[in-house]
Amino acid sequence: MTAGTNEPERYYNYAYLDEQTKRMIRRAILKALAIPGYQAPFGSREMPVPYGWGTGGIQLTAAIIGPDDVYKCIDQGADDTTNAVSIRKFFAQVADVATTEDTAAATIIQTRHRIPEQGLKEGQVLVFQVPQPEPLRGLEARETETRAMHAYEEYGLQYVSLYESVATYGRIASTVGYPTMIDERYLMSPSPIPKFDNPKLDDNPAILLFGAGREKRIYAVPPYTRVRSLDFDDYPFETQTWEEDCALCGATESYLDEVVLDDSGERMFVCSDSSFCGDRRAAGHAGSMAGHQLASLDKEPA
Amino acid sequence: MSIAFDLARVSAGFADPTCESQQVFRKLMDAMARPGTLHDLSVAPDAPMGLDRAAGAVALTLFDFETTVWLDPALRTEAVEGWLRFHCGAPFVADPQQAAFAVVTDLAAAPALSAFNAGDAKYPDRSTTLVIQLPSLETGPPATLTGPGIKSKATLSLDGLRPDFWAEVQDNHARFQFGVDLIFVAGDRLTALPRSTRVVPEGD
Repeated sequence: MTAGTNEPERYYNYAYLDEQTKRMIRRAILKALAIPGYQAPFGSREMPVPYGWGTGGIQLTAAIIGPDDVYKCIDQGADDTTNAVSIRKFFAQVADVATTEDTAAATIIQTRHRIPEQGLKEGQVLVFQVPQPEPLRGLEARETETRAMHAYEEYGLQYVSLYESVATYGRIASTVGYPTMIDERYLMSPSPIPKFDNPKLDDNPAILLFGAGREKRIYAVPPYTRVRSLDFDDYPFETQTWEEDCALCGATESYLDEVVLDDSGERMFVCSDSSFCGDRRAAGHAGSMAGHQLASLDKEPA
Repeated sequence: MSIAFDLARVSAGFADPTCESQQVFRKLMDAMARPGTLHDLSVAPDAPMGLDRAAGAVALTLFDFETTVWLDPALRTEAVEGWLRFHCGAPFVADPQQAAFAVVTDLAAAPALSAFNAGDAKYPDRSTTLVIQLPSLETGPPATLTGPGIKSKATLSLDGLRPDFWAEVQDNHARFQFGVDLIFVAGDRLTALPRSTRVVPEGD
């Protein structure tokens, strides 16, 4: 954990955004929390990264963060990926916050495409970066129509889509951004998290905030809110499972990434949540390739 | 026409607007996310006569030139209007339907909740948020809360509510996604009841 100490170098307002922008975003957050799952429009600003790099999540974080916060940022579960490192450094600089990779120590966790394996607790805020906030967009291109569908709770089209998936593939084939129903009222995109993470949305003690910068939408799930993944009685919702365990820490219950090791198809499966995996290894857990120095890479090419 | 504005008569706002509004907002966000929880504001301005410190803090944190504000008649004084105008620049409206925010200090005399803006079917966020000032948030008859943000159930004991106020809140909840959202303040403390919360007064 390191505290930012670069106050003299700050040329922007605290947390980058101006105060009026923060107020506007804060008002949208309050309305989003009052109407769980509803997409509240907001005046998304240009940020110092392009759309698609987390501008929605960055603006949410900037509107809520304070000097007492401890900030964690993950991309596909990992703290050490380029985007996560950059965004973490950004807030260490412009918001003077301490940063961490430890899920339990963080007060604000900004994430792209994952929910940490370790359970969250009351008082934590999970900020999701969202590319497409509208779960119905793939089925209906017009915003005017999807607005009306949400207004009148007209979600038949979504069920038809799931049915067509069952008819075509014999199962609900959607694996990321799997549609959810919030408190039995609003259909919500959970952002492109794997459906493996959907059950973690339900009854979560943390505040879940979702920000889509390009699409200019904020939505939220308050703590302890019912989040149901859509399914059918005869085709119930299921999460992904793996035959492999994590090759580094041996975890059997975590979300695994497949990593190709060489040109001959050698591969390993490893926890996508780098903090979770590291904690397990520090606690003495070991997988099949623990300590492995990727020896096969040293072989001369055939 | 004279529009002279005597700054000497406008009391101070936040000492550090950036930092203090952030701290107040986090309490507000937590209150709205976990309905019925009580929050102490460690930083709050000395608001002008008629407004409790928490009410002033909420105003300075959320109001600006983009938000229309309805004040109940008791607050339509030079001291309160001048303070809000100077620190927030918020336009005042006389029609509750036009209000993004409403500040109520005399609940008994205030319009019904249904008189305020309940939002649009497609944009239910365009509804009024009421800031209701009460004598106490803890010493009244208890009511049971359930809904999003609440693990099983919570209890809230607001004091100084008008008769049948909980029935109004139940009606407000019943027409979800429409509805107003409520922030209650007393002294330095605040709590919130979004439209998503189901309220049952004890004894019902």
